[in-house]
Amino acid sequence: MTNFLIKRAVTSALSLFILVVLVFFLIRLTGDPASLFLPLDASEEAKEKFRDLNGLNDPILHQFFQYFSDLIRLDFGISLRRAEPAIDSVLRGFKWTLQLAAITMSLVASLAIIIGSIAAFRVGGFFDRIVTFFSLIGASAPDFWIAIVAIVVFSVGLGWLPTSGTGTIFHWVLPISVLFIRPFGLILQVVRGSMLNVLSAGYIKTARAKGVKDTVIIFVHGLRNAMLPVVTVIGDQAAGILNGAVIVETIFGFPGVGKLMIDSILQRDFAVVLASIIITAVAIFVMNILIDIIYAILDPRIRY
Amino acid sequence: MAEHLLEIKDLAVVFNTIAGQVQAVNGVNLHLDKGEVLAILGESGSGKSVTASAVLNLIDMPPGEITAGEIRFKGENLFDMPPARRRDINGKNIAMIFQDPLSYLNPVYRIGWQIEEALKVHGAKEKEARLETLRLLEKVGITEPISAVRKYPHQFSGGQRQRVMIAMALALRPDILIADEPTTALDVTVQAQILDLLVNLQKETGMALLIITHDLGVVAEVANRVIVMQNGKVIEAGSVRDIYFKPSHKYTKQLIKSAPGKGKFSLGTSSSNPLLSVSKISKNYGVFRALKDISFDLMEGETVAIVGESGSGKSTTAKILLRLENANSGSVFYQNQDILTLSDQDLLKKRRDIQMVFQDPSQSLNPRMTVLQLISEAWVIHPDVLPKNKWLRRVEDLLEQVGLEKEYARRFPHQLSGGQLQRIAIARALALEPKIIICDEAVSALDVSVQAQVISLLKKLKKDLGLSYIFIAHDLPVVRDFADRVIVMKEGQIVETGLTKDIFLKPQKKYTQELLLASLEPDPDVQLARRNTRKKLLEYKI
Amino acid sequence: MAKSPPTAKDNNTRRFVFNAWLLMLARDRFALFAAIFLLVLVGVALVGSFALEDVATKQNLRGRNAPPFDFNKDWVFWLGGDALGRPLLARIFLASRNTLMIAASAVSFSLIIGCFLGLIAGYTSKFVSHLILRVADVIMSFPSLLLAVIILYMLPPSVINIIVVLAITRIPIYLRTARAEVLEIRERMFIQAATVMGASNKRIIFRHILPIIIPTMVTIATLDFAFVMLAESSLSFLGIGIQPPEITWGLMVAQGRPYLTTAWWLSFWPGLAIILTTLSLNLLSNWLRVVLDPQQRWRMEIGDQKNG
Repeated sequence: MTNFLIKRAVTSALSLFILVVLVFFLIRLTGDPASLFLPLDASEEAKEKFRDLNGLNDPILHQFFQYFSDLIRLDFGISLRRAEPAIDSVLRGFKWTLQLAAITMSLVASLAIIIGSIAAFRVGGFFDRIVTFFSLIGASAPDFWIAIVAIVVFSVGLGWLPTSGTGTIFHWVLPISVLFIRPFGLILQVVRGSMLNVLSAGYIKTARAKGVKDTVIIFVHGLRNAMLPVVTVIGDQAAGILNGAVIVETIFGFPGVGKLMIDSILQRDFAVVLASIIITAVAIFVMNILIDIIYAILDPRIRY
Repeated sequence: MAEHLLEIKDLAVVFNTIAGQVQAVNGVNLHLDKGEVLAILGESGSGKSVTASAVLNLIDMPPGEITAGEIRFKGENLFDMPPARRRDINGKNIAMIFQDPLSYLNPVYRIGWQIEEALKVHGAKEKEARLETLRLLEKVGITEPISAVRKYPHQFSGGQRQRVMIAMALALRPDILIADEPTTALDVTVQAQILDLLVNLQKETGMALLIITHDLGVVAEVANRVIVMQNGKVIEAGSVRDIYFKPSHKYTKQLIKSAPGKGKFSLGTSSSNPLLSVSKISKNYGVFRALKDISFDLMEGETVAIVGESGSGKSTTAKILLRLENANSGSVFYQNQDILTLSDQDLLKKRRDIQMVFQDPSQSLNPRMTVLQLISEAWVIHPDVLPKNKWLRRVEDLLEQVGLEKEYARRFPHQLSGGQLQRIAIARALALEPKIIICDEAVSALDVSVQAQVISLLKKLKKDLGLSYIFIAHDLPVVRDFADRVIVMKEGQIVETGLTKDIFLKPQKKYTQELLLASLEPDPDVQLARRNTRKKLLEYKI
Repeated sequence: MAKSPPTAKDNNTRRFVFNAWLLMLARDRFALFAAIFLLVLVGVALVGSFALEDVATKQNLRGRNAPPFDFNKDWVFWLGGDALGRPLLARIFLASRNTLMIAASAVSFSLIIGCFLGLIAGYTSKFVSHLILRVADVIMSFPSLLLAVIILYMLPPSVINIIVVLAITRIPIYLRTARAEVLEIRERMFIQAATVMGASNKRIIFRHILPIIIPTMVTIATLDFAFVMLAESSLSFLGIGIQPPEITWGLMVAQGRPYLTTAWWLSFWPGLAIILTTLSLNLLSNWLRVVLDPQQRWRMEIGDQKNG
């Protein structure tokens, strides 16, 4: 197990390193921060001074090594736009995104698993068909569209919920509901499919031959076996939210890390872009390890 | 009329498939009384398993559907009962064990938990369930039950897993135990042990045992009475001796006739020219030594059988001869060249001479190719064998040679039966005009009657084309009929080699003797004698 | 008789298989509707979008934000008009061309490249396989938004750019699936049988393995088509995808957003078009998965029966 963890850490660190290198150089191709930060009529001299001040005139390799040696000391640089350490802006945004992801995914996972299992047990029945159809619609829905339709209906039309911000618990309802829909549809499909496979397995017949009740067969004998692919998809979807709930965060004015990243890209705030990519990548790496541990708990045949 | 313990009346089950309705069981009648052992004998597709599944409500509905009949347990019709009442009977009054215990035990729960569940479902308390589980495991011959309950199914061997299944089924001392091909996936020696266990437990508890099998040997070994099924119908029923010695139905007669192990022994080959000379091959997987210094010769026109149980290394040997795996050491000489060290190009030429027929033809033929493409692929790879304009003609000739109509050239594998597929696989092997054909369990996946046909085809081809065979098998009666010489393997080593007659009639090594005694004979009298010898041997051992 | 080419297929068998597929499609009403909808949509994108190009781009300031369901007007106005008075229905038709073309191209590129790399990764040395997988890892952890922005600023805006971005980000999906399938299939007995005959690696990969994995890949591609469409819409919605005057459904939703409270239909209809298309693709992909899996095929047969 420790061997496995070390191996995983090394390969992930390698991927992360390549990612940082790629982003570092590529993002510099998108344009010059000076022309964005200074007023349009700023003199060439002022721009030059700005570049010097922020080390943007150094040879690019020098900039890179400078950045990297700082990074090793966990110094992520200063945000140009906010004049504070980049990591502070990122962690503040990440806190919001993490909460959003955690709440949404726990709701998604628990509901999708219960409903999907029941649908699979009565495959082809009325409940199954309704559930399958609606989960397909959910999996097909573009979230930006759902978001704006929801705003029109619930905020503007009915006036029940606020349109943006994070002030009260009501501010969370719309973002979570919109983020909920697609992962719920997708995961429910996976639960149902996996459960269908499992329910035709031999050990389910054994349980029936023993005289075990249907609910116990589904949720005790079947579910644990059906969970492996489900856990994988839950991980993917959670990573998706961590990586970019950009649309939802933008539309609902939610100060998460996705919104921060896209703003920073557009503003050429390189330090913040890099910091947010590194933080989310590390978070996803930790989550993937957790998922591997869950695999081993669920299925005793998996040993690392 | 006296009331039977279990009575099935006019049972009919259909399956709705894409190709239309399939009548799996069609008006089956049978009964089972207390303390008797009834066998249902039939080949694949005869409806024997479906009949048994119906008793425990295990048929998946849909696609299955019970269209007629009734099943009475102690006079009460199971189909009229509410679900809760039926669940109550399952496990408590009627229990079942299955062919493949690995897939019928839940892989993610400890076996102790699984056995305890059977007890607790029917009202046992936590503590008594735990104690009873230990007692049961001990009774079915699991050593160290205290540590065994904490293990998962994959940590046991096949035989032990079947013992666990039996412990679970017997947990509540059911009136009836249904055993669906309980030993088919097991090695012969383990099969004998499990059957002994079942018979002993049946005698001890007085329960009724319904055993479902395709193997006449199993019937002879355990049953009092037998029912023969074909195409969803019962075609014959009676005592084991009556059915074996005085079969009345055509199908039963043919089934008994095609049971292997009754032919004359081969007299060996006259040739003393080794065609293939294997010397000292070894193979390691990590620290596990799969093969240890295997050496043998194959003479021209000879059939050498390699027999052994799982893990004996017989299939690894075949793979090394065909360079599907690389040996760690040793050599295989063919026409004065060591095949194991040939370059890829030279190997390609030699491949033409050594071909293979695999165990399961439905797996060894690419499902997306027509028979024509399957057979002519050999000539695509070796273009010098045959010019392209003669391919179709040659394929038709080959099909005829293996006893199939030439129209089959246009079919896909899924349109053919198992026996036909194996003939295609043989035709494919013949396409390159090989000198040696390696048959890896080539008939074990086939029904007995088909098995006999394929064996006689192989014999005919050997005579007509002067082929030599390496015949890898676990099934001794087939080997007895077919091989000139036998190599017995165990745990990666050769135990004994000799002419077939010598091995079968005068086995020198203890392992060979055990193997022979464990193998089952369709003749009830012969089997009875063998069982007694085995018992004596066991007592002697103790 | 000997003249007929040995590679000839059995026409009857093929026709039978084709008919069986049609039959199975007809049995699943949802999948049938989905297939018909998609066929019509492809027709609209290929023909309708060209026929209506002039109508769809003609501004009409008097018809600004014209409300929908005004059946007295020309049929192209039935869904209303946009902020410049252009008929929405015609614009949806026009946008379908780009929307479908972008998704189709991106999916085909990633399918072909991913499948090829996956086959190689599954059937070669450990080193090459690991190298390919690491590259896939990096691509997967690279935020596609960032890639889109970088390309948007580096290259002049064009439809090709967005196709490249989407294609690159989707390659790992095909690559991983193909590799996993190859790893399983290469252990099957008919691969060993081909090896015993002396078949080369190339022959085994392309003649034996590829045909077996194609159905799975097509199923995934159908599903992915929907995903790519949504991704393109999201990028266009955020302003880093398709740039005007090119038009896609996602961009239409974005352009309608400022008028949300006064003219909901500007964003609503193109969004509905996206939903219906992705839903159809999902339904079709589900159907394909069941049809291609012999274990589940029976469900097709008895879809409507109520059974215990």
